Amino acid sequence: MKKITLPLTDEQISTLKAGDSVLLSGSMITGRDAAHKRLFELAERGEALPVDIKGETIYYVGPAPAKPGYAVGPAGPTSSYRMDKYAPTLLDMGLKGMVGKGARNQDVIDAIVRNHAVYFAAIGGAAALIAKSIKKNEPICYEDLGTEAVRRYEVENFPCIVVIDSEGNNIYETEPKKYREE
Amino acid sequence: MEIRRIDASAVTETVRKLFMDCNYFIGDDVMGALKTAREREKSPVGKSVLDQIIENDEIAANERIPLCQDTGMAILFVEYGDKVVIENGSFEDAVQQGVRLAYDEGYLRKSVVSDPVFDRVNTKDNTPAIIHTKIVSGDKIKITAGGKGFGSENMSAIKMLTPSYGVEGVKDFILDTVRAAGPNPCPPIVVGVGIGGTFERCAQLAKKATFRSIDSENPDPRYAEMERELLEKINKMGFGPAGLGGTTTAIGVNIETSPTHIAGMPVAVNICCHAARHKSAEI
Repeated sequence: MKKITLPLTDEQISTLKAGDSVLLSGSMITGRDAAHKRLFELAERGEALPVDIKGETIYYVGPAPAKPGYAVGPAGPTSSYRMDKYAPTLLDMGLKGMVGKGARNQDVIDAIVRNHAVYFAAIGGAAALIAKSIKKNEPICYEDLGTEAVRRYEVENFPCIVVIDSEGNNIYETEPKKYREE
Repeated sequence: MEIRRIDASAVTETVRKLFMDCNYFIGDDVMGALKTAREREKSPVGKSVLDQIIENDEIAANERIPLCQDTGMAILFVEYGDKVVIENGSFEDAVQQGVRLAYDEGYLRKSVVSDPVFDRVNTKDNTPAIIHTKIVSGDKIKITAGGKGFGSENMSAIKMLTPSYGVEGVKDFILDTVRAAGPNPCPPIVVGVGIGGTFERCAQLAKKATFRSIDSENPDPRYAEMERELLEKINKMGFGPAGLGGTTTAIGVNIETSPTHIAGMPVAVNICCHAARHKSAEI
């Protein structure tokens, strides 16, 4: 299990290989469908974003409300492909890491390689467990979006796996083949 | 049989409890299947993913928190006895109020937008719930309720097959739908299949199938056999837990059927993640 400190450095990204199990610690931002649409539209118009995404890692998540005494409610990953339309633009603007679940399209994989970035998967449906590794949760912008707002999480030993590395290796393609008996 | 009067508040309270319970407590059928899969899974990563899912579901139950952040759209299958009269309100309002209370007091995520295309503004209380009502004879109300997440819902499909496709055509469409979903719907999945009826009945049956316990089988031995065969074939696809490779891609295939038209053989495949949540109650 590799321990990785956020924000990601280029050297760290080079050491991350598809299939590596990692524990992330440090700071990441959150955002999913509605926030991506807004950020993308600002970028298209050449306007400044309300959050500096350069060097950031973004977690595709829309948490459940936190019970009193909890930093965050259950917070598992959402399906990443819905962000595929927007992700290449954000990667070209300096985004370095994405955490979600499920497949990405070729445009995203190309943008990952072009920008020396990385895509991690967290375990879909392990929301209560994952939330244990999220220690702080601060608003950044788009609070009107409720669960879809952009927030900053401080995480400690957040469990995930490198799915697409900076060379474009993709374990969603390679691993299932080893167990396929069709 | 006499007319039976049920206060609307009893309906609201039952619905409130069902939605909180189904989001905190995974069913014994799913937990049992996850543990069996953990023993049989060939991939070390797959085993570790299943361990984490089992641990997650135990944390959720112990701490009374949702096992998945996507606490879903609220769906109810209701068998409404024709001798029941609701007092002090309407059945519909009482159900929606129960959903509202569950999602508010239960710290469940509000995931519903009022308009699908233009506004997409969150209704902030997870209403409206989707209510499938069947009038039956009797003086009771039976409710099966569940939250359906959209990671898996989005991977579902329906096709208006025609009779010449035959049994192989039905199986191929189901398998193709699961294959196309790949790692996206949070495997290991539960596959709900509706066959027959009309376009809308078929889809409704597929949803109903996901609400049936996965340790049950279709009462018709031919469909029960098809359920077993499809489960085996899906688990040979290799996607595995979380899609990271392995021998556990599904933990259940449930088929529900209906009479259909001489020209038709519709098939709907409603995919559900491993958080296959449903609880029942009778009033």
